Formats: sequence, structure tokens, C-alpha cells
Amino acid sequence: MPEAAVIRKPRVLSRVFSAVRLPVGDPFAVVGLVIYALFIVTALSAPLIAPYDPTEILYTENYDLASDLLPGEEGHVLGTTSLGRDIFSQIVWGARSALLVGLTAAFMVAFIGSIVGLLSGYFGGWVDALLMRLADVAFGIPFLPFVIVISAFSEPSIWNTVIAMALVLWRDTGRVIRSQVLSLRSRGYVEAARVSGSSDLKIILRHITPNILPLSFLYGSIAIGWAILTEASISFLGFGDPDAISWGFMLQDAFNSQALARQAYHWFIPPGLAIILVVSAGFFISRGYENLLFPKLGR
Amino acid sequence: MTTLLSVKDLSIAYKVGSNDVVAVSNSGFDVPKGTIVGLVGESGCGKTTMARALTRVIADNARIAGGEIAFDGQDLAALPEAKMNALRWRDISFIPQSAMNSLDPVYRVEYQIMEVLRDRGGMTRRAARARAAELFEMVGIDKGRLRDFPHQFSGGMRQRAAIALALALNPKLVVADEPVTALDVIIQRQILDQLRTLQRELGLSVIMVTHDISVVAYTCDRTVVMYAGKVVEDCDTATLLNRPLHPYTMGLKNAFPDLKSAGSGVLTPIAGSPPDLADPPDGCRFAARCPFAAELCRSTEPAPLEVEKGHIVACHRASEAAQLRLEASKPQTWEAMA
Repeated sequence: MPEAAVIRKPRVLSRVFSAVRLPVGDPFAVVGLVIYALFIVTALSAPLIAPYDPTEILYTENYDLASDLLPGEEGHVLGTTSLGRDIFSQIVWGARSALLVGLTAAFMVAFIGSIVGLLSGYFGGWVDALLMRLADVAFGIPFLPFVIVISAFSEPSIWNTVIAMALVLWRDTGRVIRSQVLSLRSRGYVEAARVSGSSDLKIILRHITPNILPLSFLYGSIAIGWAILTEASISFLGFGDPDAISWGFMLQDAFNSQALARQAYHWFIPPGLAIILVVSAGFFISRGYENLLFPKLGR
Repeated sequence: MTTLLSVKDLSIAYKVGSNDVVAVSNSGFDVPKGTIVGLVGESGCGKTTMARALTRVIADNARIAGGEIAFDGQDLAALPEAKMNALRWRDISFIPQSAMNSLDPVYRVEYQIMEVLRDRGGMTRRAARARAAELFEMVGIDKGRLRDFPHQFSGGMRQRAAIALALALNPKLVVADEPVTALDVIIQRQILDQLRTLQRELGLSVIMVTHDISVVAYTCDRTVVMYAGKVVEDCDTATLLNRPLHPYTMGLKNAFPDLKSAGSGVLTPIAGSPPDLADPPDGCRFAARCPFAAELCRSTEPAPLEVEKGHIVACHRASEAAQLRLEASKPQTWEAMA
């Protein structure tokens, strides 16, 4: 049937679009989406955009160290650091590590949290008791000191942040999803599936998971911001990976080189601004999604 | 008329803490083939528990403590789970109270109906699609709406969709648990008319659980009145409304507005509340609220008796019913109890 094929195609496309449903109605969310788009494009095409290797020590045409150049001097858009590294290139490459940390951490948090919430809420009983007591323990762990301890005991790496987030921050997602599952599992369609002999796995996958996915995404998107902030804090405190260029590392570098005292604003304001922009963009977007998910909040 | 379903001496107990709360005790009624039977009573009288027990979909802490449910030559109360499961939806189906929650919001309605037809009915995709369209036509929804998600439906349409789902596999018996309670009266009437038409056309038997006397009066051929876990009166609807034999039924009638008779317009409630089922009273369970309760009523429980052909009542004073009806129609009789 060639006709059917013709009708089908746009339907699949519109399905994909309606499934993604960007929150374009909310002006804050639109700003957030634009910032995110820029951020992701920058991160993906970092080698094309950055004029220099971010760790390379640069020299001027007179073979002097190209240190502490002001924006615009010798073609360096944002100037250079005290060690003669190009600040603009560092910002661009920093976007890449921020994206990497943000996405993996968000995935871990949403994934682990959803699984814990599903198991706990659906099965109840001792499964629930065990997982929720674990969540209580996770709630009792002070997050930043925990990351520092992990970093101190292992090789410095940006993955420390991701691991620490995966180990601790699933608790919020898990709790929220559990409560949602508790309400979903008593719905008529779940009961109908159960009494007609569907297995637990089938009920969870068919009926419960699709209903909690929006919440998982919401918590995942909030976790992106958290991850970037945490990575920046850890790097700023000096527990980061000295070989990976991140915005937090840049701030620490500037701090150690007393950039503030020397009024080298071009050095520490750009990474700070980048962190603020990306993190707040993430919150704007999740806010927009919140309006879509919970229209009754009526903001 | 042959009997499709016959509930005898059924008891259902909930385990609450270490106590057994008997929500339905030693109660029974018959459903003749091709009729609509109403199951009425106030909240907590056991009507929903009774209805759910017929499909054996009861709460985790509930169990059938005794009695039998004879359906089509089988005792549902004793049937193994696998056999019961084979009957559900195919022979006995259930229309839940809140159609809002009975459809999964993330799937299209068509998909949900087809899932039942294919998984439970063994139909092919093509046959299921055709049957889904047929079912929608049957309950009066345009089949173009099959591709909609549940949130695109109005409350009435969702209830119709739930009815379509219940009828999907041509069941012999449909148990409807307050199918119109959350709807406004106009939609209520449409749904009830639809149910009646379907019942006539398909030769269905329907058990309608409701607390609304007007729904019963409008729809049901027979009516079973429950009070505090017991069947107190069971007869055809016209007789029940015109010549009730049990004081509770008389009181229930007073508590609903009557559009035809130009009475005072004041409704007379039954004072008090039903007894605690964890510790039921010795005698008649209605005695404490009954203006006609005698000494015997407080000490001995009345057994349900067929006092007239097809009219079963559990009341010691059923023989004086004509006199009691006269008194029950006066508001003072009931106010004296308050």
C-alpha cells in the first residue's frame, strides 16, 4: 500500500516533535534553550572554534612568553593567562568538559534514581525498606565534602564528580519517583494488567515507566547544572584534574595567580560567567518543563 | 428466566491489624440472565467489595471467608486463579468507578483497546483494529477519536471508552462499579441509556453498583439493597420503590427527592451511622437506627426470607410492612430517632 506509506511518514515526524515538546512558550525557557544550543555547539566543535591548544604555552613574535596579555593583544580575543595560555581557547574547551560531566552525571542520577524509585514503589515491602534506608544514608552524606574525600583518595579526574553524584544524588530522584509509582500502581489500568496476568516486569515497563519518564528527565536536567557547579567547585578547591581544562580549573588558576589583585578581569570573569549562564540556562529549561509537566502549579 | 449468577452466603473479610472486619457477611442474591441488577446502599455497606469479589479482584488484605458464587455452572469462589483469570474479561468484565484512572495516559485509546483484544482475545492486529472501531460505534464515540490520547477525551467519553473496554470480548456478565457517579446528570442519562440499549441488544447481564436510588430506578430491573455488609431486601425495582418491606429501604427512599409527588420538599435523612463492622451488633444491624425496632430486633438477627414471590427481605416486622410504610412516610417518625 503506497498510500499508507505516504501518510505514515509525516506522522512519525510529528510524533517525534510532539514527544520532545520544547517548552517554547516560556520566555525564560527560550533563553535557556538558546544558551544551551550555543553551549552544546561550542562543546562539540571545540577543536574548530578554539584558535590554540588550551594547555599550550604561547610565545609572541619576539619570542617572549605571551603572558598576561590583555584582550585583543596579539590576536588573543580574551587575552592570555600568566603562563601564556589562550583564555578564549580554554573557555571553549571548558565547555566540552562541562558538557561531558553534566550529561554523564545527569544520566547516572536520573537512571539510578528512576530504577530505585521504580523498584521501591512497585514492590514495596522489604525492597522498599532497604532502598529507602539507603536513601536516608545518602541524604545524610554532605555532598561536597564527600566529593573531596573521593577525589583525595583516587586519581584526580573529572570523573570523580560524576561518581560522587551517582553515589549520592540519586536519592532525590528516587524518592520523588517512588511516590509517583505508589500512586500509579493503584491506578485502574495497572490493576487491570495485574489481574489479567501481566508479569511485574511487563507492568513496570509498559505502564509505569512511561508515566514517570517526564519526572526522570526533569530531575536529570536539574542534575546537569548541579554537576557543572560541583565540578567547578572541586576544581576551584584544587582537587580537580590538572590536565583537563575546565571552567573551575580556570578560576583556580586565576585565583592562584592573584588575577584579582592584578585586576585581570578578562581572566576570571569569562569562566565565571560561563558557569552562571549554563547552570541558570539549565534551571530555566527545567522550569519550562515543569510548567509543561505540572500545569496546575499555574505560574 | 434462567439464573446466570447466584451468590450464596458470601462472606468477605478484611484483615485490619489483627482483627477481621467482615465487610460482607452471609449475603447472597441472584442475577437472572439478561437483566440489570442494582446493588445499592450507603458508603461502606460492602457493595463494592461484593462486586469486586465477583471478579475476585479484591484487596490484598481481603479474602473470601465463605459462601459460593455460582456462575455458569462453576463456583467462582473456589476456582483456581488460572481458571478465574481465563474468565475475567472474557466472561465477566468490570467497569471501574473512575474511568479517569482506568486508562493509561501515555497510550492512545485505540492501542489500549487493541491490547486487550489481542492479548486477551487472541485477535490479529487487523481484526482487533476493526473490533475497536465497532466497539466505539457501539458506545457512541466517533471512531476517528480512537487515535486520541485519554486526556483528549471528556469525562463522559472516558467512561464510554471504559464501557467499550469492558464489552470488548463479549462478556456474559458486566459488573459496573458506580459507572456514572462522577458525571453530571445529562451525561449520566446518556451513559445509562447506552448501557440499557447495549444490554438489550447483546443480551448482557449487568450488575450495577450505586448509592444513587434514582440511577437504580431509571436503569435496573431488580434491586438488591445492602446495609452494613448484609443484603436486607432484594426484589424487582418497581416493587422495591412502591412497596418496600424493609424499614431501611423506606428510609432510603425518603432521603431522595421525589419529583413526581408534591410533598413538603423536605428530605428526611436516616439519623445515625452504620455499625462498626469490626464489632457488629447481635441483632438486626439496622436496629439502632430503625424507628420500628422491637425487642426481638435487638437480640436476634432476622434471616432473609422470600415473603412474596421474588421479594426477599430480612426483617422481623416484614408482615406489618403496609402499616410501617404509612408511618415511615411521616418525617416525625424518623426525626424521633435523631
